[in-house]
Amino acid sequence: MIQTIKNNLEEIQMKALGESAITVQFGAEISPSINKKVKALASKLQHESFSGFIECTPAFASVTVFYDPFIVKQAYGEKAKTSFQIVHAILERMLEVLVEEEESKPRIVEIPVCYGNDFGPDLDFVAAHNNLSVDEVIHLHASAEYPVYMIGFAPGFPYLGGLSEKIHAPRRPSPRTSIPAGSVGIAGSQTGVYPISTPGGWQLIGRTPMALFRPDRDQPSVLSAGDIVKFIPITKEEYDQYQERWQ
Amino acid sequence: MSVQIIRPGLLATIQDLGRYGFQQYGVVVGGAMDSLSLRLANVLVGNEEGEAAIEVTMMGTSLQFNEDTLISITGGDLNPVIDGNPVPLWRPIFVQKNTVLSFTGCKVGCRAYVAVAGGFSIPNVMNSKSTYIRGEIGGFKGRALQEGDLIPLGEENSFSRKIKKVLQSKLEQRSFASVDWYVPFERYVNKSVVRVLKGTEFEKFSESAQKQFFEQEFQITPQSDRMGYRLSGASLGLKQPFELLSEAVANGTIQVPSDGNPIVLLADRQTTGGYPRIGQIAAADLPVIAQMKPGDCVRFQEISLYEAEQLYMEREKEIKQIRTALLLKKWSFE
Repeated sequence: MIQTIKNNLEEIQMKALGESAITVQFGAEISPSINKKVKALASKLQHESFSGFIECTPAFASVTVFYDPFIVKQAYGEKAKTSFQIVHAILERMLEVLVEEEESKPRIVEIPVCYGNDFGPDLDFVAAHNNLSVDEVIHLHASAEYPVYMIGFAPGFPYLGGLSEKIHAPRRPSPRTSIPAGSVGIAGSQTGVYPISTPGGWQLIGRTPMALFRPDRDQPSVLSAGDIVKFIPITKEEYDQYQERWQ
Repeated sequence: MSVQIIRPGLLATIQDLGRYGFQQYGVVVGGAMDSLSLRLANVLVGNEEGEAAIEVTMMGTSLQFNEDTLISITGGDLNPVIDGNPVPLWRPIFVQKNTVLSFTGCKVGCRAYVAVAGGFSIPNVMNSKSTYIRGEIGGFKGRALQEGDLIPLGEENSFSRKIKKVLQSKLEQRSFASVDWYVPFERYVNKSVVRVLKGTEFEKFSESAQKQFFEQEFQITPQSDRMGYRLSGASLGLKQPFELLSEAVANGTIQVPSDGNPIVLLADRQTTGGYPRIGQIAAADLPVIAQMKPGDCVRFQEISLYEAEQLYMEREKEIKQIRTALLLKKWSFE
């Protein structure tokens, strides 16, 4: 059944991200009810965008709307108003009533992970930070089901909810300049996988041999929002076998 | 028609205005670091503003034009030469078949754009020809240009052909010819002050950090590339530590990890991030930071959202005026 969401605009924050974007924040936590609003606004923007709209980036609890201030002003050009005010008003109107996306049955994707050692240089930190043993961290990380809330950061990078509070860990004090593709990391209450080699600041606990970004395919991201991810612990030998098989 | 890479130099890539519409899949926008210079380079040869061009970084790049070609060079002055003669920037240039253009060093700025009339005939990947090296997509085979690469050119339009013809008649003994006017945009690429709006988490930084951010000078460290510049200078601390949920970042977002050293996110930035954002560079000044290189010092000057929007509008109007003037042939090609 299609549900409509009525929003109390006072509970939603809208902030400028420079002169060319506005971030609509529905909250500050990972929660299915907040994320439903995110998806509903993102979908509404795809279907009834406005002149000057470039694209939007949905996140856990926010949607950032990118626009060209020059085109907005030309199209809606009320003399006294700035483009920010014009887009702000358009978004407020859109937010009054949102239509919840219909949810299909989630796809379950198993991702094999070799935890620790060179593959997870921050596993010890995550364990120490939470007064746990390394094995307890691995067990906790590999025993949950993680809904994919969003794809972001890098092509195909899944942001996962559902991380056990017992293994939350802050981001690194300074991001690494290069992280190998396949690295599995933790940042605060989030966990995810780096699909390509890139700089990044998450605490790394393991690595998967599975390629999550396949640029030669029509749908280059293996995962999409709504999928459920399960991490399956594997040994170094199994990791090498997978890699041989998949390359 | 094609351009051949004789030497790639430090880094040369094909870039356009970026890959929009796919950030929701984590696909990085990319595109020219100095998009103003790219747009003007295209305007000067009669292309659409967003056509792909070669982004040359710092030095060492040599290109050969395998047919008579209309080109333009904009952005930083990387000392471009043909047959030992300096080649002027910010104007249309006719180059004869088999001419070699070499970039021999950084005089001003660090990125130059070489546009060719007709653009490059390479496939679009997700609506863009820009090269995203880390994702191995776009541009020429998804990678930086290499020695021997032959990049095919697209078809010139009638406007480009007209300019080409006029300039060709001015060749005399040289292998290139140009005009004596230029578009006065070099002033945007030789500055050290960058105008910045307060970032989303500005108020969460300590009072001294808020003050130092706008008062101190920051140096661009060697750990800087098209994804972002890491800065050193004052260490910027928070009032209290906290972890954010990741959300969108933009070109010019300045984030600060807990070690206190700011990072300026640029063309190849990630789509989302979770370090606190102390500032956001005004779009009008993105070309300024994009032309700065490791070792250079930058100072951030606070402006309001209103001012940033005004600057944006003025810049767009200026580009439109130049485009119109060229089309109306207000400048002489004789």
